[in-house]
Amino acid sequence: MSAILPLRMTDVSFAAGGRTIIDRVSFDLSAGPSTIVLGANGAGKSVLMRLMHGLLAPSAGKVEWLGDNASRARRLQAMVFQRPVMLRRSVLANITYALGLADVPARDLDRLAFEALEEVGLATLATRPARVLSGGEQQRLALARAWALHPEVLFLDEPTASLDPAATREIETIIKAFDASGTKVILVTHSLGQARRLGDEVLFVHEGCVAELTPTDRFFSQPASAEAAAFIKGETPWI
Amino acid sequence: MSPLLEAFGGALALIASGDRALLQIVLLSLGVSLAAVVLATLAGLPLGAAVAVARFPGRQAVIVLMNALMGLPPVVVGLVVYLLLSRAGPLGSLGLLFTPPAMVIAQTLLIFPIIAALARQGVEDAWVEYEEQLRSLGAHGIGAALTLVWDIRYSLFTAVLAGMGRALAEVGAVMIVGGNIDGVTRVMTTSIALETSKGDLPLALSLGIVLIALVLALNAAAHMVKEAARRKYG
Repeated sequence: MSAILPLRMTDVSFAAGGRTIIDRVSFDLSAGPSTIVLGANGAGKSVLMRLMHGLLAPSAGKVEWLGDNASRARRLQAMVFQRPVMLRRSVLANITYALGLADVPARDLDRLAFEALEEVGLATLATRPARVLSGGEQQRLALARAWALHPEVLFLDEPTASLDPAATREIETIIKAFDASGTKVILVTHSLGQARRLGDEVLFVHEGCVAELTPTDRFFSQPASAEAAAFIKGETPWI
Repeated sequence: MSPLLEAFGGALALIASGDRALLQIVLLSLGVSLAAVVLATLAGLPLGAAVAVARFPGRQAVIVLMNALMGLPPVVVGLVVYLLLSRAGPLGSLGLLFTPPAMVIAQTLLIFPIIAALARQGVEDAWVEYEEQLRSLGAHGIGAALTLVWDIRYSLFTAVLAGMGRALAEVGAVMIVGGNIDGVTRVMTTSIALETSKGDLPLALSLGIVLIALVLALNAAAHMVKEAARRKYG
């Protein structure tokens, strides 16, 4: 089966404005387990994700897709941002726009877009202007837009950070559906609860470095790094 | 009765009578300025969008130049076009001087930087908001710029409108290249200048009233379109 994974980061650094934000980071992410990128605010999680996704070019080091289909890496990734960015057109058109950019044939656009809207429960809003939807609905639409692309890898940068608990649950359900459908989920969060609910493994980022990459269970029961232990304790002081 | 009131009364009577000469002047004004706006928009919007999205050496200088040219003095534009189109000029053989097309050329040059600079600002603001998402989806270059232009189309209305207002209101450029020839190149602003100096204040004032009413109507229409769009598309 042709794939773009695994993703290999080799000594990747990123500096901006004279400040090193990511400092010589190396790790491999393979197909299968969902990966939670966890860390405190300002640890460099979002920058690390943008380096993986290719939105930022590393100052040093290499970001490589090692699969035999690596030439299509661009097309086979999707990203959902903390604040969804919707175009001033209908809900459906926001998805067909993305499909069009991905070279999906015109005759399939509406069908694929509708399927994706049904997946996230927005099919009844298909003709509404996307920008008048609520925050939670817009984030579901962002997920539907990604769903329609059938990406091999889905990046999510704190997708529920500005949502209420009910909307957060809906978003997490959809993320689980991505995982179940075989998409590799890579999610940035600072919420330990979300990491437990959605993660198979945790990539813990501390001050621009990867402190550890551990299966979720082990990460919470016996973190390998002192930084992770301190973070878990700091976030859950009652333990 | 004060001269102003007297002139005002005369102006209203002239407008109400549907005076042919008055109508002709108003129509020529509208025709020349609309043509200039269409041409300047066709050139200015893509240029503004391209500068907003592209990264190239000297980009900052281009932006400063575009912004500075918004304040281009109409008489200077008129003079340059006059030199280009005059018998001895490089384009003199076209015989365009003192014709409406010459006035369209001058006004196009005058408002092109306004539309380009305002479009650049609008598209760039949108680009800041959309860049990561659009790049993630694989949009770049001209495709991305067109997406942005389409997305903020109602805001760009304001840029086009600013150009239209400038074109309708300026007198220097059309005076120099048009020559203010009665029945041929006489527009509202040049007539106002002429009639005022001749002392025909009612005609000058009635033209002024029509001019202001037109600009008001244009802006009101654009505002309504924009508000409706904002309510509809967010």
